[in-house]
Amino acid sequence: MTRHESVLELIGNTPIVNVSALSPKPNVKIWAKLEGRNPAGSVKDRVAISLVEEAEREGLLVPGRPGQTLIEPSSGNTGIALAMVCQLRGYHLKVVLPANVSPERRQLLEVWGAEIIDSLGSEGSNGAVRLCQKLAAENPDWVFLYQYANAANPLAHYRTTGPEILNDVPEITHFVAGLGTSGTLMGVGRYLKEHKPGTQIWAIEPPSGEMVDGLRNLDDGYVPPIFTDNHGSEMLDRKVIVRPQESIEWTRRMVELGLFVGISSGAIMCGAVRCAAQIPDDVEATIVTIACDDGWKYLSTGAWTDDIETVVERAKKIIYF
Amino acid sequence: MAVKVRIPTVLRSATGGRATMDVTATTVGEVLAAISSEYPNVQEQLFNTDGSLHRFLNVYINDDDVRYLGGVTAAVADGDEVTLLPAVAGGATA
Repeated sequence: MTRHESVLELIGNTPIVNVSALSPKPNVKIWAKLEGRNPAGSVKDRVAISLVEEAEREGLLVPGRPGQTLIEPSSGNTGIALAMVCQLRGYHLKVVLPANVSPERRQLLEVWGAEIIDSLGSEGSNGAVRLCQKLAAENPDWVFLYQYANAANPLAHYRTTGPEILNDVPEITHFVAGLGTSGTLMGVGRYLKEHKPGTQIWAIEPPSGEMVDGLRNLDDGYVPPIFTDNHGSEMLDRKVIVRPQESIEWTRRMVELGLFVGISSGAIMCGAVRCAAQIPDDVEATIVTIACDDGWKYLSTGAWTDDIETVVERAKKIIYF
Repeated sequence: MAVKVRIPTVLRSATGGRATMDVTATTVGEVLAAISSEYPNVQEQLFNTDGSLHRFLNVYINDDDVRYLGGVTAAVADGDEVTLLPAVAGGATA
């Protein structure tokens, strides 16, 4: 089907490509699901349409009614996806954005008419969430969909990403994805645990806690409510950090296969390779990983073209995950 | 087992600014006990009153979260690096 009434119909049903050439073991196949093919450019399109449609079902938002405003914290992709959906639906979107995201992310928000409210870069996504909560409390007429706590976030992946993966790669043994809001891992993880019991779920995260210097003590920390609500600690089988150096290296390795993907996709690929490396030689395994977005939004970081040490130092100062 | 521990900025006020420590231990629990014994003010930050790990504290052995490796009973080996990090809101990919 190539003819569509709305760009929103293009969300999901993304292709999966064999990236086993990067697997460290011949007995372990790796497949990458290319979420950059979504119309606003990332896996977050699925979340954005799910959040908005659920709010419309509940009557929090009414399509066509003038003067409706949403506010959401985002380090980029959710904001961009929501901005696209909101523009089509006629809602005004305010995005609370850490100041240290790549300039392309900021520009894309502006492309779709979102209003940007800066939060302190040194406080990372934590700071954006806190500022957004404060602003939402002060402005009760704004609709705060709160992707970190909204069941419609993991539900999008339970209903779409999970079934697509199992349909395309029924032999899956491991699912490896990034941990941000935890929506992908909780939604796909629950679907796979229910429909392909025994599938291992691996979470990949950047060493973000190291970079956030706005915390006074551990009580200022944050675990997404949807992670807790979905019993994330029991859902996950492993959770590993991938550092900026390896993230950039694997982002570059993906290019060997013609895949121009974002830096977090490189980090997750690195995690998939680590996962593959610990599988015994006599066990056949199939890993599915997520390439969350394409590389376009990160060109200004020089990730593919500049000296790697310079790029790694740059990556430590921006939010790329 | 000789283990290097990396202490996050958020806990350094309780360690006199110290960012790394070398300790001898066989499990993560022993690593944390060694830190607490040297810096008693750290203990209440690391553990809840029931002795479980603070919910906003992540502990990693060579970048692998110990909650999925057996928690405080996870074994450490010679040369391992144990990293403590606060749990914070992640980015935009998951």
